[in-house]
This record gives sequence, C-alpha cells and structure tokens, in this order.
Amino acid sequence: MLQTMPAPLPSSTTDAASKPILQLVGVRKVFGGFAAVEGIDLDVREGEFLTIVGPSGSGKTTLLRMLAGMDTPSEGNITLHGELINDVPPNKRPTCLVFQSLALFPHKSVGENIAFPLKVKGVDPAARKARALELMKIVRLPDNYHDKNVMKCSGGERQRVALARALAYDPEVLFFDEPLSAIDYKLKKTLEKELKDLHRETGKTFIYITHSLEEAMVMSDRIGVMRAGRLVQVGTPEEIYSAPVDRFVSEFVGEVNTLKMTRGPDGAWSSPDVPGRFVLGRPKDGAALSEAFVVVRPEYMRFLGPSESADNRLEGTVYNEYSLGSRIQYQVRVGEKVMLVELSRARALSPGADPNVVIGWDAADAFTLGG
Amino acid sequence: MADVAIARLPETSAELRKARALSLGARCALPVAVLLGLGFLAPILAIFGYAFATPRSFDLFRSFTLENFATIFSPSNTVWVSFAWSCGFALFTVAILALVAYPIAYGLTMVFGRAAPLISVLFVFPLFVSENVRLYGWVLFFIKNGVLDGTLKWLGLPGGPEVLFTPGITLFGMVYTYLPFMLFPMTLGLALVPRDLVDAARDLGAGRLFIWREIELPLAMPGILIGMLLTFVLAIGATAEAKILGGQSIIVISHDIEIAFTYSQNWPLGSALAVVVTVFIGALTLFALSRLDLDRMLGRR
Repeated sequence: MLQTMPAPLPSSTTDAASKPILQLVGVRKVFGGFAAVEGIDLDVREGEFLTIVGPSGSGKTTLLRMLAGMDTPSEGNITLHGELINDVPPNKRPTCLVFQSLALFPHKSVGENIAFPLKVKGVDPAARKARALELMKIVRLPDNYHDKNVMKCSGGERQRVALARALAYDPEVLFFDEPLSAIDYKLKKTLEKELKDLHRETGKTFIYITHSLEEAMVMSDRIGVMRAGRLVQVGTPEEIYSAPVDRFVSEFVGEVNTLKMTRGPDGAWSSPDVPGRFVLGRPKDGAALSEAFVVVRPEYMRFLGPSESADNRLEGTVYNEYSLGSRIQYQVRVGEKVMLVELSRARALSPGADPNVVIGWDAADAFTLGG
Repeated sequence: MADVAIARLPETSAELRKARALSLGARCALPVAVLLGLGFLAPILAIFGYAFATPRSFDLFRSFTLENFATIFSPSNTVWVSFAWSCGFALFTVAILALVAYPIAYGLTMVFGRAAPLISVLFVFPLFVSENVRLYGWVLFFIKNGVLDGTLKWLGLPGGPEVLFTPGITLFGMVYTYLPFMLFPMTLGLALVPRDLVDAARDLGAGRLFIWREIELPLAMPGILIGMLLTFVLAIGATAEAKILGGQSIIVISHDIEIAFTYSQNWPLGSALAVVVTVFIGALTLFALSRLDLDRMLGRR
C-alpha cells in the first residue's frame, strides 16, 4: 500500500540495485467471491531480502503462490524485469520456491534431489554430481551425504537439501514459504543466520513468508506486513518496529502498552482508562486528532525514583514479574489497566521492594496512532 | 502379602483353570481360526492328500504315489498348453489393464475432484453382480442376432463382428472382469504421490512428461505393482471367461483341473494339477513380494 523510505540498511547488498526486479500492481486474487489477496502494490528490489509477515489467513501464501506461478492473479499485473509474467507457468519462470513441507523427493538421494533441476536441463551425470557437491558445500552439508537417503536426514539437514536444490535451479528470485516453522527454536536461530549469510553470499533476491515477526526481524532488509489480504506496511525492520502505521502493526510487532487518549476542551490529553494528563509522542503530538492511541513499548517504560522525572507518569502496583531471559517483564496495575515494563536483568527491582511504584515514559519514546 | 500371592504357583482348581484359559485376544481370534482351519486349510490338505493318491481312486491318505505328477510332467501330456494359455492370457491381461487403468486412476486422484467417489462406485458396481451373469450378459451382447448384431442389422448395417467364442473375446472378458482389481491399488498408489512434490518439480523447471517419469511413476509404483500382482494371480486362475465368452476355443489350466474332477472322475490327477499350479503361483508371488521393497520405494528406509 505504501512505500516508506528506501533507506537500505548498511549491511544489505542493495547499493546499485535499487531498481525493482519484481513489481506487483493492483494484484488481487478472488476464490469464489472471497478476496484472499486484495490490491497489492509492491516493488521488490534486486538482491534484497524481503519478508512478508502476517497472521494465518492474511493471504501471504496466496500471494507467494501467484509470485511462483502456481496461481494466477484475478486482477492486476506481476512483472519480472518489466515483463508481464501473470500467466507464465512455474517451470518457465526464473524463480524457485522452497516449500513449507520442503517437498523433497523421497525416492531420491540427497545428491539426486539437489541435482534435479540440472537433470531437467539435461546436464550430464558427472557435471550434475560436481555441482551438487559444490552446492552441498555452500549449504554446509558434508560430502558423504551425496548418496544418503534424503528421508534419513534430520530436519535441519533437509532444510539445507531443499535450499541447495532451489539454488541448483539458479533462480533470480527465491521464495520461501515458512520453511522454518516446524524446526525447534535453537536450530531455527542457526538456520536463520545461515539463510541471511547465504543471501549475502549469493546476492539473489529472497522473498520470505512467515507468521513470525521475530524471524522477519532477524533476516530481512525489508518487511511487509499483511492483514486480511492487504499489505498494511512495508519498511525496514526498524521502521516497522518504531513507526508502525496502525495498531494492528504495532501489536503484531510485539507486546505493547496501548492507551486510549482524548483531547479535552483545553487542548490537553487525558485517558479514560488511567488518571493524569499526557504528552503524546510522534508524529507531531497528534496535532490534528481529538482522539488517539498512544503506544509505548515495554522496554521504553521505566520505574521512576523520587528524584527522577519523565514526560508522562503513572502510579501503580507491581503484581507480577516474568523472566524473559536477559530481561525481566513487570506487570503493573494502574487502575483497571495493566501496563508492561521491561528492564534488563542488571537494572531489575531488588527483591522485596515496595510494590507501589511510579512508572513513566518520555513522549519521544512513544508513538501516536489515530483512532 | 499381594506380592507373595502373585509369586505363588496356581494351586486351587479355580486358579488352575484360569491359568490354562486363553487370553482375551486369543479367544476373540478363535472363530476366525476355526473358519480358516475348516474353510482354507482343510481343502488344501485334502487336495495335497489326493495329489499323492492312486490315480482314479477316491481314497484319501490310503496310498502314496507320485504317479499323478509323473503323468502331468510326461512329455506326451499336453496339459502344458493349457498352462501356457493361462500364463499368456494372465500376462496380456495385466499389460492391457496397466494401460487402461492408469489414465482412470490418474483421473480419479488428480482430475475428477468431487466426482471421483461417484465414479469409483460405478467401477465397483459390477462386482455386486455374479461374474457368470455379467459374462452371459456380454454373450447376449455379442451373439449373432444379439444386442450389437441385431441393432446394427435393424439399422440396415451389415451386422456386428463375429467375435464370440474366440481367444480374443476371452482376453476382453478377463480385462473387463479384473479392471477393479488393477484400478483400486493403482489409484491408491497415485494418491500416495504428494501434490507438493509435483508442484515442486514443476517449479524446478520440469515438464509434464519429466514429472511423470521422475516423480509420479516411481512414487505410485508400489500401488501399480500390487495391482499387477493381484490381477496376475486372479487371471491365471480364471476359467469362466474362457468357458462362457471363449466357448472353449481354448482350454485354460483351471478348466483342465475342473475336467479332471468332473468329466474324467480322476480326483488325484486334478489334485496334482492343482498343487502344481498353486505352488507355481505361490512361488511367483513370494518372489515378487520379496523383490518388491515397498518401504524403499516409498523412501521410508
């Protein structure tokens, strides 16, 4: 829907490559009267790692299937290098999809799986094997796996086989349909980093689909957030995190404190939920609004000592605390409302401290969204 | 106390009875075991017994001779012709069925969608009617002045081909009879091919024929081979098609066995023939099943 600031991250490989490789204009997909994907406009830059993230049923898989050629859009255009590819079948597109199920061929060995696209192209067996071994090195599979039954491989190894097989096709754009969703946490973290490295090494355009924003944050140059078939926001992870366009995005990105605000006749902001007067955050103090939501991330909240001050303050009672590993989250009850405060372990409240606390935040750390 | 009681050997009569009683599972399996014993093992035992009895006698387990087998394998005996017909027809039936059933199975799994269950039922439906009745139906269809011939003549055309009572119509009858036995294992085999794999192969650049050769066919192979084995075993023992449709233009091996039991009143010879055929088919089946590594074909090992 909107294309917020290009500003590629310093780490990304997109300097000369800001021209779109893949372009979507007004793409729509209707299944029996139900629009699974609704009016998507998107420019995918050459060599970028773009993640489409959204809850299940938001249409992200449908979007991916259209990009890969397994579905055709009901309306709108998809162009690759400026050429319309709406009706080009998947085997004629220079794109490749890594399936959620991985779709490895169970009757073929690791090497045969990887070399499959080469066999299609008629490459001779010796050259196929050589290339398969090369690709296995790239995805960090040991050489002696070449003849191993692919169904005997572990989950992580299968991911690598699927990745190598996609690379063997030598696509210009690689699609990923939540391939890491069934992998345990620790391995997932490793594979995420490897995928990111692989992206840098190959310089190919990656489009990744996931419902996990955490995954998206780690790997992506840009993130697109989908909701009910629409692309709500596209931006760098930083933009998505610190400047979400609406409550859906802000809450999707992680746990947040949301306070409803109304402007009184004197122009001052107060909340129907908690006592006090407030200074709103970006953008522009909600100048044009009479009603707004203030969103503060838990890590921007802090406990205020007697001598400390903040733009906004609330008095409450700590009634719960959770360890989040390196951080601790406190639940603070303010009237009927529960506010979340997250501190690093080093700055945690001392045990047995007075549960009656004052919490506060600065306007610069909050953002304001329209009602 | 309880531990001691368990460790003690059964002593009282009630305990002894309980110890000798069968487990629940064994008791449940008893009816099936009795049925198998009476209906399956007993006839086979009887056939085996007769196979070694004096020719043309009716006494079971009274004599032991290999004379019947000698008769069968003697060079002057032409029973091998019947056996060759049976084997040949079974092979042809399997080959034709593989070609005929594959497109239907493909349609049932990939194309027909919601109509597939209904179409499957239509293929099962003929099985509800006795095979002989269905074959006589075909006789009425093909016979001179029958359904086909009569209708064509009524329309002023030269009339239907005279196909009845030929080896060709026998083969047709066998293909017709055994179609469901090939079709359903094959459909099951094709249903085992995950749609994702076909999509993935296509995405990796493969065309239809390549996908069929490299993905669909190998993954559906267990079902196809089971169907082939099943139809071969059934077809080699087929007799009604050759008798009713083929009009005895050829004699198949099971017909020979029947003749030995009825017309010739030589039960021992018929039994020996039956034993030879059973051993042949059994050995072939076991060989095929041992070579046919289902697990490996499905990639489970």
